[in-house]
Amino acid sequence: MESTSLLERILRGVALVLVVVFFMFPILWIVLMSFQTNETILSVPPSVIFSPTLENYQALITGKLTTAAGTLDIAFMRNLGNSVFLSTASVLIALLLGVPAAYAFARHKFRGSEDIAFTLLSFRFAPPLLVLLPLSLYFQKLGLSDTYFGLIWVYQLICLPLILWIVRGYFEDISADVEYAYRIAGHSWFATFRKIALPLAGPGIAAAGLLAFIFAWNNFVFALVLASADKQPVTVGALAFVTASGIQYGQIAAAIVLSIAPVLALAIYAQRYLVEGLSLGAVKG
Amino acid sequence: MKSLELKNIVKRYKTHTVLDNLSLTVAEGERLVLFGSSGAGKTVLLRMIAGVIEPDEGAILIGGQDMRDVEAEDRGIGMAFQNFALFPHMSAYDNIASPLTVGKSSTSSIADGVGKVARLLKIDHVLSHHPKALSNGQKQRTALARALAGSPPLLLLDDPLRNVDAKLRFEMRLELPRLLAAQGATVVYVTQDYKEAMALGDRIAVMANGTIRQIGTPEVIYNAPADIEIARLFGDPTINLLDVTPKSGPDGIYVELSDVQIPLPGMPVSVVGKPCVLGLRPEAVTFTTVPGSIPVTVEAETPLNEKTVTLVLTARKREILVSRPAGTPGPASGAATIAVDGSAAFLFDKTTGARIESMAEYRTNGEAA
Repeated sequence: MESTSLLERILRGVALVLVVVFFMFPILWIVLMSFQTNETILSVPPSVIFSPTLENYQALITGKLTTAAGTLDIAFMRNLGNSVFLSTASVLIALLLGVPAAYAFARHKFRGSEDIAFTLLSFRFAPPLLVLLPLSLYFQKLGLSDTYFGLIWVYQLICLPLILWIVRGYFEDISADVEYAYRIAGHSWFATFRKIALPLAGPGIAAAGLLAFIFAWNNFVFALVLASADKQPVTVGALAFVTASGIQYGQIAAAIVLSIAPVLALAIYAQRYLVEGLSLGAVKG
Repeated sequence: MKSLELKNIVKRYKTHTVLDNLSLTVAEGERLVLFGSSGAGKTVLLRMIAGVIEPDEGAILIGGQDMRDVEAEDRGIGMAFQNFALFPHMSAYDNIASPLTVGKSSTSSIADGVGKVARLLKIDHVLSHHPKALSNGQKQRTALARALAGSPPLLLLDDPLRNVDAKLRFEMRLELPRLLAAQGATVVYVTQDYKEAMALGDRIAVMANGTIRQIGTPEVIYNAPADIEIARLFGDPTINLLDVTPKSGPDGIYVELSDVQIPLPGMPVSVVGKPCVLGLRPEAVTFTTVPGSIPVTVEAETPLNEKTVTLVLTARKREILVSRPAGTPGPASGAATIAVDGSAAFLFDKTTGARIESMAEYRTNGEAA
């Protein structure tokens, strides 16, 4: 590293800039678009110099979308609320179910334990479209379609395997002797789980929960098919901007900014934690 | 104080038998050392007593009570692990307090308990530190303090000095007997270090391949090892082992080393002509100038603080270690002569490895049985 030539440093700088531009430019462009009207967005050539307008955000927040063909009601804020509720509830339930299950898989090798764990993981392999048709039929029969309960249930297909497999690795990394020591000191297995295993796997559980939250937030097809407008999250709700009188690019951009903001904020806040958590299991200190 | 009894313990992992029909009794207040090389099954046995591994067959009795359906937390045991197994997210204080926080004990009584054992182990100044901030020696003392804190009637110590440096191990070897005596508990102590075993044990149980090969006081293990393997494990420098075939003469049984006869008093006549191994502790060999001794050449000399060990070669190129107290005169390099104390020598059966008992021993053992 000490003998890097000037050329090498320049090339490395250029490469880094390219990567950053490649990943960050769409976000920057979306943010810029969200402050423009449809006309300035569609003007050729595009320009970064424009008089910013807040009417996109205003339309989203008031729920009144004014187009050339008249005024449309949109439920974007409700969609956003749905997203927050669905993702949070799904992750909480997945943590409640997945963390004890992960502990069981990590600590107790029982007959078929590997098979069960693998079956749970295999839910992640199957494309969602494969199960959507039968699922929507079942849901109609069971009265689960178009309910929050039903959606949260289906979201477990996304969250549960993720949490189970990540957290299991963390539990396996905790020395069994540490847990034995606590039990021999006179504590029940449940106290040992609560006071030793859970705190030691804490970073891993947080990282898994955050990832599961992002995956749940980004989900599209399940909510599209299994729920109607008032239960749908933002990913589906954004479709409402494709109107009869044209695509409302400005509102879409504003909607995207609003819908990625919570996840982005969460990810940035927990970034250090997340990287530490995900690499802690692999690289032991 | 509680007694411990193991009856016909068997443990298998797949087809490998780790503990093979092992029985052992430890009296109330006794300090028993489980000694053996790694893989002998010591740690598995200790964990079984603690209740975190189940035996396949056999019974474990603590204080006369069968432990079959008793969980680890209800057995009233204190245990120190070889790798310390401290709780990394708790301070040393909370680590030590963990056996005391069971049930409804008041904060002040916990503080008293922790303070007492921490002072005993001289770690009262680092109680607020987390394990990460402790030195190896402090970690080891914290682990020990945690095991002692609950004043358990039965203490299991799994090679607690394994992972600490030589100086600390030496200190603790001196300190532990006093500590354990003050504790008044029955102790099972696992170690691979024969000096630790000799220093700490009322009795030593030598384990190999999942069974107990010999059990007895340190003196018995050292002075009357059951077989070659045990003789080799105890003693530093290790025992000299020489292939011999005993012969019978007018003065009794003798063996020959470099054509010099060494009488073996008290050996039974049945050993004559049988391939045997002569075991000679380095202390039983001395340099001498008396005529008729065994001529040797001095190969190398190693001064160890309290003694000097010399490697010599006999005329037939057999290596023998000779130990003498430091400061006593020894031979210069080159030729020398040695004398062997036949009464301090062991004779082992070359095929079975078992020690051949002298007739006197045979008689007393016969009477005892």
